[in-house]
Amino acid sequence: MQYRLSFVMLSVAHLLATAVEFLAVVVLFNRFGSLTEWELGEVAFMYGIVNIAFSVSDAATRGFDVFGAMVKAGDFDRLLTRPRSTVLQLAGQELTLRRVGRFLQGLIILIWASNEMNLDWTVLDAGLVIFAVLGGAALFAGLIVIQATIAFWSTESLEVMNSLTYGGVFATSYPVSIYRSWFRDFFIYIVPLASVSYFPTLAIMGRTDSLGSTTLFQYLSPLIGITFLAITLQFWRIGVRHYRSTGS
Amino acid sequence: MSGYQALVSARFRALLQYRSAAIAGFTTQIFFGLVFVMVFEAFFRSSTAFQPMTLPEVTTYIWLGQAFLVLQPWNVDRELQTMVRSGGVTYELLRPLDLYFAWFTRAIALRTAPTLLRSAPLLTLAALFMGFQAPESWAAGIAFAITMFGALLLSCAITNPLSISLMWTISGEGVTGFAPAIVMTLSGMIVPIPFFPDWAQTIVRILPFSGLVDTPYRLYLGHLPASDLPILLAHQLLWTLALIFLGRWMLSRALKRMTVQGG
Repeated sequence: MQYRLSFVMLSVAHLLATAVEFLAVVVLFNRFGSLTEWELGEVAFMYGIVNIAFSVSDAATRGFDVFGAMVKAGDFDRLLTRPRSTVLQLAGQELTLRRVGRFLQGLIILIWASNEMNLDWTVLDAGLVIFAVLGGAALFAGLIVIQATIAFWSTESLEVMNSLTYGGVFATSYPVSIYRSWFRDFFIYIVPLASVSYFPTLAIMGRTDSLGSTTLFQYLSPLIGITFLAITLQFWRIGVRHYRSTGS
Repeated sequence: MSGYQALVSARFRALLQYRSAAIAGFTTQIFFGLVFVMVFEAFFRSSTAFQPMTLPEVTTYIWLGQAFLVLQPWNVDRELQTMVRSGGVTYELLRPLDLYFAWFTRAIALRTAPTLLRSAPLLTLAALFMGFQAPESWAAGIAFAITMFGALLLSCAITNPLSISLMWTISGEGVTGFAPAIVMTLSGMIVPIPFFPDWAQTIVRILPFSGLVDTPYRLYLGHLPASDLPILLAHQLLWTLALIFLGRWMLSRALKRMTVQGG
């Protein structure tokens, strides 16, 4: 935090850059009026949740980003010698605040969206939004853990996973019900990002789901994100056991 | 000239080595392309009002955009970034080449090598399974090819000021962190310009960025008549020239105040 001015400028810049991305959505709504049965405010709400969740997980998991390079250089050995869990050490490796821009932007759009939709906030709704953000952050963290785990075998982290993280943010900023069924099912069952954006938003907006989920399920669905992280951490443990140092 | 040629071909061959990055980029772009196409499909389902482009046109436009994404000024040469940070940039000053054009040729390699790796397979796949269509006519195809060349020069002329801005920031970030998002939006990469509000279209068309995406792709579709080629090409080249002057001016300023970190 020593470079305060540069930090503030970068955050503002990122805020502007991602705001431009959201403007694209606004432009399309202006032309078409609605997105199937969805209004701009509702899509903005999902956009806000997903972006906040991603920025939270991104800030907390930077260490996993450099993990591929650590394995290659043999630096991971040092972590193994310490009496703390490898996951905690990596999470604490490098806490960057650079993603504050994305976080703020998500928050601003979320507030704007709730205003646009005239939401009456109840304690339950507010709890659900926080739950959804936590579930989403856990899910994105899970994806990053998978990416890092693969590095145990390939000693190189797979950039392909970026289409799941950045691509996932992009895809689930829109309601999954608009997609073709195979693509929608992918984000419901395999990488269950719909459980932290689409389903909670339905509950908060008080809409019936064209895909037929129940209200109870919509309230509980962020749990899926947390379960997802728990499962990926099991894979991580298997990976650590398989780890052989490159010796360099 | 041969010095620049050697630089292009050396950088070009080096960049062709990043095959795993190319595969990653390829899947990411298919993914993003699919999402864009499906979002537009859903929008077109929602409204029967007249739209400035048809769904098949938008689909083809999106795949062109994904195939030539890396031709856009979305990043700077990573080698340059390290050089500026480590002070190795001083070696660049010793070469018997004009620094601006040496970096311009680097930019050409940076833009073309990854594009060549990705565009053909991506467009083939998109044509087979994802609704990508051939150019509207021979004339449209030729006008597209010519303006793509213009777009390449324009893209390099935008890349260079971005690279030069690194010399002010040491950390190697800053403008390069957010400028690409703005360039991408104003070029029509995210949403085609005809969908912009009418007042914005006039401004956006005057700005240089429409020459990167909007001009060549809409010529391809026949959405802009091939007979508009001279004026569109002039727009691209005039902006390219203006941006080259801007870049050269920035570079001379940067070199005057440059302090080389020793060690």
